[in-house]
Amino acid sequence: MLEIKGLNINFKEFEISDINFSIDKGDYFVLLGKSGAGKTLILEMIAGLLFPDSGKIVLNDKDITYSKIQSRKVGLVFQDYAIFPHMSVYNNIAYPLKSKKINSKEIRELVNTCAHDLNISHILNRSPKTLSGGELQRVALARTLILKPDLLLLDEPLSSLDIQLRKELRSLLRKLNKNGQTIIHVTHDYEDAVSLANKIAVMHEGTVVQSGTPEDIFQNPKSEFVAEFTGTKNFFKARIESQGKENLKKAYINSKLIIFLYTETESGEGFIKIRNKNIVLSDKKIEMSTQNTFKGKVLEIIPAHFGFEILIDIGVELSVLISKESLEKFNIQEEKYMWVSFKASSVKFYKGY
Amino acid sequence: MFKNRIHILNLIFAFLGGLVLLFILAPLVGMFLDTSVEDLFETAVDKEVLDSIWLTLWVSMLTTIFFAIASIPLAYILARKDFFGKRFILGIINLPIVIPHSAAGIAILGFISRDSLIGRCAADFGLNFVGHPVGIAAAMAFVSIPFLINSARDGFEGVPVRLEKAALNLGASSLRVFFTISLPLAWRNVISGLILMFARGMSEFGAVVIVAYHPMITPVLIYERFGAFGLKYARPVSVLFIGICLFVFVILRLLSREKRYARN
Repeated sequence: MLEIKGLNINFKEFEISDINFSIDKGDYFVLLGKSGAGKTLILEMIAGLLFPDSGKIVLNDKDITYSKIQSRKVGLVFQDYAIFPHMSVYNNIAYPLKSKKINSKEIRELVNTCAHDLNISHILNRSPKTLSGGELQRVALARTLILKPDLLLLDEPLSSLDIQLRKELRSLLRKLNKNGQTIIHVTHDYEDAVSLANKIAVMHEGTVVQSGTPEDIFQNPKSEFVAEFTGTKNFFKARIESQGKENLKKAYINSKLIIFLYTETESGEGFIKIRNKNIVLSDKKIEMSTQNTFKGKVLEIIPAHFGFEILIDIGVELSVLISKESLEKFNIQEEKYMWVSFKASSVKFYKGY
Repeated sequence: MFKNRIHILNLIFAFLGGLVLLFILAPLVGMFLDTSVEDLFETAVDKEVLDSIWLTLWVSMLTTIFFAIASIPLAYILARKDFFGKRFILGIINLPIVIPHSAAGIAILGFISRDSLIGRCAADFGLNFVGHPVGIAAAMAFVSIPFLINSARDGFEGVPVRLEKAALNLGASSLRVFFTISLPLAWRNVISGLILMFARGMSEFGAVVIVAYHPMITPVLIYERFGAFGLKYARPVSVLFIGICLFVFVILRLLSREKRYARN
């Protein structure tokens, strides 16, 4: 579908170097990285708004590196939507169709269908100045999707929305992708990446430092930067099942291990993350109020910034942070069996791709 | 205490501002008050005056429209592109503002007189630009064109580049992007520039008087009436011309108010 081969571009104070990745049809690909990592520049090169100094962009077996913007079949939704302020919502959505030889009746039908799909039919006659962030985002999506692009590029689409709107838009993006739309989504928020992507590339200072599935990236960070940036120790793929007890749910990890957690999600696939600061270690089983208690073997003791990081096998490899005093008090050594406990509220669930 | 200090500061500023406004308004109001209705009516039916006002208006209007066709694209390029020599070009554009207008008239005269290439070419077609509306237009345009280019350039600079990029990404050609995005969003500044150019051209005296004493535009007519007959005869023409100018500007401003778009 899309292949990026050795893409380079040099500015006076910044460069994008040797970018390589490939995307299959139907993928939801997330480019994850801090602000200023060069993510947007890559989108602009794919869209044709910027030409690379070297490298290739191949879309559907056609080299489009230096093709005209208008002929690429790549739609870009800008971070701040870039809705034309002097046109109504209807005219914004119809704008791309007016460049084609389509009659006004057909344009009206296409705009109405697209607006209906994105649930914005009621605002078609409004001025963009009167719209909320979520509505603007939907208009921007409608305007781009009406051309049925082979590839949809999203530049930080959720960054300026509140939590509720984020949730709604994530669900909309998931739906679009499930209907076959290939998407590249640029974000600095790993929650977006975890909950939407089936492939992730992590960018740092103009280059891709790691790419793969969300599991690959978050469970096996290949560099200190990825580990630090994603900050996701104790991150596991999980399947949620309802317990019948309000929001208390069971998360099944590799079908053997069950972890209790609180989430509004009723059931489904996703990821869980356990905060390592909230995990308590003891040398014998103690009755506590925590929902999760496991026995595990200490695999490794690693000196950390404040104390030590203990890697312990409870069926999955768990990272626990403890102080030097605790290490000495419990005489923790590799191969020793210990008990770990943590509250259900220390576990966070991310609905997955 | 602090609030009081701000209050006093505002009073001082308002007083100083009032003096400046008085300085502008007092001579104009004085001129209006010193002109009798009879004199004004007599001037309003004077064919020579009416012809000169009409000439001034249409030449200035056509000059503005004609030069806008080339100046607006130039303003767009200056707003959007960085290239070698851009500062130099900006300097050239602003040159007519800083040079004396009589000197500008001399330069234009040299450019269009029968001794010049353009003048000789025109002569082949039986035209002489000196003492001709084309000569007047050239003098008006020379001194007024920086106002249009600078204002339009400001307008285009205020149009977010990402809106143009978005339009390109949506399949629009560069020309369509210019006419549907850039120009409508910069419209307010472009209109202001057109009005300024029109006004500046209409009020020009120094450059025009050297290129074309006849046919007489109104500023030249006012000067002539003042020289030949004195203040009493020059005043009603001035009042009438100022009144018509104000009327035209108010109409143009009202028309351009419809095009106020928010920049985001």
